[in-house]
Amino acid sequence: MDHQTSTLAVIVFMTFVGAVLGISFWLGRQAKSAQGFFAAHGQIPWFVNGIAFAGDYLSAASFLGICGMIAFFGYDGFLYSIGYLAGWVVALFVIAEPIKKLGKFTFADALDARFNSRGIKLTAAISTLIVSIFYLIPQMVGAGALIQPLLGLEHWHGVLLVGSIVVVIVITAGMVSTTWVQFIKGSLLVLFCAILTVAILARGLWNDPYSQSHGSQHAFILAKPAAEITAGREVVPAEGAWAGKPYVRLKDEKGVISVWRTGEGGTLSETQTVLTTGGEKLFNGTSKADGGHLWPVGHISKLPGDVDHTGPLGPGEFLQTIQDSTVVLWGKEVIKDGDSEWTVWFQKPTPGAKLMVPGNNPLFKGISGDLPAIDPAKPETQAAYDKALLSRIDFISLMIALFCGTASLPHILIRYYTVKDAASARKSTVVGIAAIGFFYVLTLFLGLGAMTSGTLDLTDTNMSAPLLAKAFGELPFACISAIAFTTVLGTVSGLIMAAAGAIVHDLAVNVAGCKLDDERKVKWAKIAAIAVGALAMWLGILFAKINVTFLVGWAFNIAASANLPALIMLLFWKGTTKQGITWAITVGVLGSLAWVLGSTVAMQNVYGFSAEDAAKHAWVPFSQPAIVTVPLGFITLVVVSLFTRRKDLAQA
Amino acid sequence: MTPPATPPQHPPERPKASPLGIWLFLAYLAVYAGFVWIAAFSGTRLASRPFGGVNLAIVYGFLLIIAPLILALAYLKWAGKAED
Repeated sequence: MDHQTSTLAVIVFMTFVGAVLGISFWLGRQAKSAQGFFAAHGQIPWFVNGIAFAGDYLSAASFLGICGMIAFFGYDGFLYSIGYLAGWVVALFVIAEPIKKLGKFTFADALDARFNSRGIKLTAAISTLIVSIFYLIPQMVGAGALIQPLLGLEHWHGVLLVGSIVVVIVITAGMVSTTWVQFIKGSLLVLFCAILTVAILARGLWNDPYSQSHGSQHAFILAKPAAEITAGREVVPAEGAWAGKPYVRLKDEKGVISVWRTGEGGTLSETQTVLTTGGEKLFNGTSKADGGHLWPVGHISKLPGDVDHTGPLGPGEFLQTIQDSTVVLWGKEVIKDGDSEWTVWFQKPTPGAKLMVPGNNPLFKGISGDLPAIDPAKPETQAAYDKALLSRIDFISLMIALFCGTASLPHILIRYYTVKDAASARKSTVVGIAAIGFFYVLTLFLGLGAMTSGTLDLTDTNMSAPLLAKAFGELPFACISAIAFTTVLGTVSGLIMAAAGAIVHDLAVNVAGCKLDDERKVKWAKIAAIAVGALAMWLGILFAKINVTFLVGWAFNIAASANLPALIMLLFWKGTTKQGITWAITVGVLGSLAWVLGSTVAMQNVYGFSAEDAAKHAWVPFSQPAIVTVPLGFITLVVVSLFTRRKDLAQA
Repeated sequence: MTPPATPPQHPPERPKASPLGIWLFLAYLAVYAGFVWIAAFSGTRLASRPFGGVNLAIVYGFLLIIAPLILALAYLKWAGKAED
């Protein structure tokens, strides 16, 4: 879909970025020492730190990814909201206060506080770097995707722009500027999303949002008798790859070919197409130069009570109305016909009741409904049962990763060092939970609002929330897009801080033994931030086409597998040894990394196999490793600790 | 020559999470696990409407998002009293 660059959007965007950079330079004078650069002198007020938690945590995946998934698939995206928030329970009740008491600058500090082990410092630093890099890639890809419609720039321009701005933020004042940028971003994000939600509820729901919104003016034809559609047009014979497909191709008097999906009772429904042939692309049968484009989508085809408009709705009424409506979702099919490739998006009227339960997204399709029964007389039922069971284990594994991963993310953990004591760590976590929880409640309304506002871009689910704002005018669109961009800035700056701390404080000073005074430590950290920023930009451009949602899921899996067993056992088992921690992190990192890189999802999205070949080549039976690798981390720690403890006692 | 004996590796100071915090964590974990189990193995139950309006998936989902804040506020109040 083509987006027109808006001058207003550019002005609002430049104002946001200018304000953020101005704050960074102003705060730069406060972070000359290592304590200032890495931990903001431990003097950030607990309320500010709590909102900064939200700014740090609510990444592009949360805002753009979840809203997009809900807008296109319903409840499935909300599963991520639930899992991401649940992880904060582990952070508050188990991790917050002890880690504040144990650490100084980095996650490795806390793990190593009782041991002074180079092995722990080395493995914890490497784990921090790997998790941060996995988390950075989707943020950079998201920034590139966002900048395209906002400023009309190429994807790689967006990646370079966000990378450069973040590096400037970090090198001017380290954790001080990072904290305030995250505070501003967290406040604005929650506030504007709340305003947008109120606007959605006040507007209510329409059968025909296209005539109401500032987006499309095109209402789609659904299930009309074929004779009405084909009149005056030539039917293109269904040959080659089109044979047996549920489509009819019609050529009008100008020679433009449109594709229609056949339905029950001889009806036809309108589709949208992109045809790639001979290096040329046709959008709905017409080249871009001749005005060809895809129309924005997203509407309800039938409201309960057969009304056209509900009027203002309360939050519960809004959800119940969608649950009782029929919503038109869009399916996608790619048809390769000789040298031509057709991408066809077709309308799928779906009962709201089906949308409001898990199982509509391909990722969660395997958990829809109950487990199939096994009939001993029919061997194929056993295979269907096994497949369904593996899908469910994969889902449980993802929910374990989200639950255990939050409290193990290095860029979240370092935020506990920016407040003065354990009580402030606790209070700031509660503020963070309130802000983050409120935001995740809003994601359901934003996603469903986007689903029914006629503004969705079929080619980019990540743009659903900003495009929803467009339904209310250019200014809301400009504000939400600029906030989405600062969302990326806030999270990326936290990740680069975590990585820079791991490189300089853990690896250079504590592992390699470099003797650095305070000033040189800060200087090295700034150089490390530039290097990590450059690496993130390169990876963001390299993985431009990759689906960002599962990359974030992988970061949670690796963090949970590598870091949580070590953190928990350090706090709850006095028999924990330094070798136990070192091996638990090593096995957790390597095990989860090998698992995700050998999964079906990686075979398809990273190595480029087709769906069928990806399943054949996968080394592991399901894609999310946490259900195996988190327990593996605990077992490794216990076994190694028991062995090394006995040895130590024997030597004593 | 025998190397000097290494002392056992569990130094005395080990910061502990509060017992109330652990109980609240376990209570939430049970509710969360219940949701994941129902979603994984009894998906049709999530479509039921226990209170007549929105379905169980929505009610349970909101509960899982709002409960941490309620538990956190209770914990904060208790921890403040304990520190006094």
